[in-house]
Amino acid sequence: MTARKLAVVSAGLSQPSSTRLLADRLAEATVNALRGRGLEVEVTTLELRDVATDVTNNLVTGYPSPKLESAIEKVTGADGLIAVTPIFTTSYSGLFKSFIDVLDPQSLTGLPVLLGATGGTERHSLAIDYAMRPLFSYLHAVAVPTGVYAASSDWGSAEAGLADRIERAASELAGLVAESDRSQHVRDPFALPEGFSPVGGFGAQ
Amino acid sequence: MQFGIFTVSDVTTDPTDNTTPTEGERIKAIVTIAKKAEEVGLDVFALGEHHNPPFFSSSPTTTLAYIAAQTSTLMLSTSTTLITTNDPVKIAEDYAMLQHLADGRVDLMMGRGNTGPVYPWFGKDIREGIPLAIENYALLHRLWRGDYVDWQGQFRTPLQGFQSTPRPLDGVPPFVWHGSIRSPEIAEQAAYYGDGFFANNIFWPKEHYMRLISYYRQRFEHYGHGTAEQAIVGLGGQAFMRAKSQDAVDEFRPYFDNAPVYGHGPTMEDFTEQTPLAVGSPQQVIDKYAGMREHFGDYQRQLFLMDHAGLPLKTVLEQLDILGEEVVPVLRKEFATNRPATVPEAPTHASLVAARDAAAAASVVEPAETAVTA
Repeated sequence: MTARKLAVVSAGLSQPSSTRLLADRLAEATVNALRGRGLEVEVTTLELRDVATDVTNNLVTGYPSPKLESAIEKVTGADGLIAVTPIFTTSYSGLFKSFIDVLDPQSLTGLPVLLGATGGTERHSLAIDYAMRPLFSYLHAVAVPTGVYAASSDWGSAEAGLADRIERAASELAGLVAESDRSQHVRDPFALPEGFSPVGGFGAQ
Repeated sequence: MQFGIFTVSDVTTDPTDNTTPTEGERIKAIVTIAKKAEEVGLDVFALGEHHNPPFFSSSPTTTLAYIAAQTSTLMLSTSTTLITTNDPVKIAEDYAMLQHLADGRVDLMMGRGNTGPVYPWFGKDIREGIPLAIENYALLHRLWRGDYVDWQGQFRTPLQGFQSTPRPLDGVPPFVWHGSIRSPEIAEQAAYYGDGFFANNIFWPKEHYMRLISYYRQRFEHYGHGTAEQAIVGLGGQAFMRAKSQDAVDEFRPYFDNAPVYGHGPTMEDFTEQTPLAVGSPQQVIDKYAGMREHFGDYQRQLFLMDHAGLPLKTVLEQLDILGEEVVPVLRKEFATNRPATVPEAPTHASLVAARDAAAAASVVEPAETAVTA
């Protein structure tokens, strides 16, 4: 069996960031779960901060720079995606949404996704379900039921709540990634719609 | 190989002095620019069509006819003609009329238009853009080739016994190019009819268009119009030149940085590296464009965008001098070198008439000849 490809997108802005910290924890747990099933995994981690200017330029010009294009291909051609954003002003960050906005809307179809978010207070934990989940539903991605939200206080808690959530979500994602052959698909950019005729529905008459 | 210019007809503020030409000044400037194109030895002038500000060119055939009357060799074309929101019957009439007045110096480039509100203003829906382009062109193609047309489609009133007038000059319709940025359906359509395919090429990396043109070439061969190498390909380009490279960079930068399409985004350096934009000495422009056929194969038409983003008329005319006198003559030689004899030139009215007559002659049975030699 070929190795599964796992993409990790972190929209954290500071360095180091708690968003990246959560992304790495989720990735590690997912890799362990897949290895437990006897599967090899290749992990690619994308810090959106590193392509922030490229994302903005893509919004303005309509095309990705070579650097951004390569990053996008890693995400869209993966067997699974871990997407983690800080929650800013009640929702995913602008950079996170801008990155999603420059993707081909069809390109995440069928992609298993684990949704993660970080914030200063627990009160934003539902942002995963009211903001991130509809976004990925629209794109026909398959978001696992457990989203993982980490507030600042979670990192200093003696309770195992965050660790448990990470394990559960990673296990759910690993189950879908194990079954995925998405990264092996060959996409034909020139595939014509079914039934397309160069003279139209009524024919050349 | 044809060389020329194309314009989108924008009225844009000059960012260096904050002045904006009036519509009237820009319309007159376009006529001056087109005449200058012929004067400096260019082959083609192509004019866009838009129905919203800041663009002035809503009525291309009026403008092109006026230019035709003041030129003698310049091929007049469009960039593009909106095949989606225009009635194909009116396109058939307008461009056949122009073809007569311009003595055949006319071809067209079909495009869909990507401005959402323009569609409903003309009673159409942008979500139907591809089906409109396909059906409307199928009707236009018939109107120019059949005398009394019966027609029924999805998008316009049916026709019974309709004949568009005037009939095309010498019974030969203008050559048609199809422009597309990303739709394989349009490349397929161009290939199906054996029409030309034009890749705008100026706003995106060339790799994208290389794939699209390669697809069109393969489908052109599939439909039996010739080999893939014989497909009719046109490319857009963009350049700004001064004798000294740094002068070109300094002078063009404010226009680049504030340009309507890509301004306030990537740096000019990144954009010139990633797209066909060339800013520098004439030799640098020559080097960049002489390399195009390595990427796209030998092609038939190269158009440059020269008069956008608020560049003053005087500057545009200077650019045309450099293009026509220093760049294009060298490119003509470069493109002629090692060009296979089997690769055709872009069709002209004369070549289309000759091809039609040759086909008619070939279909005539010649029994007498056989009898004599037997």
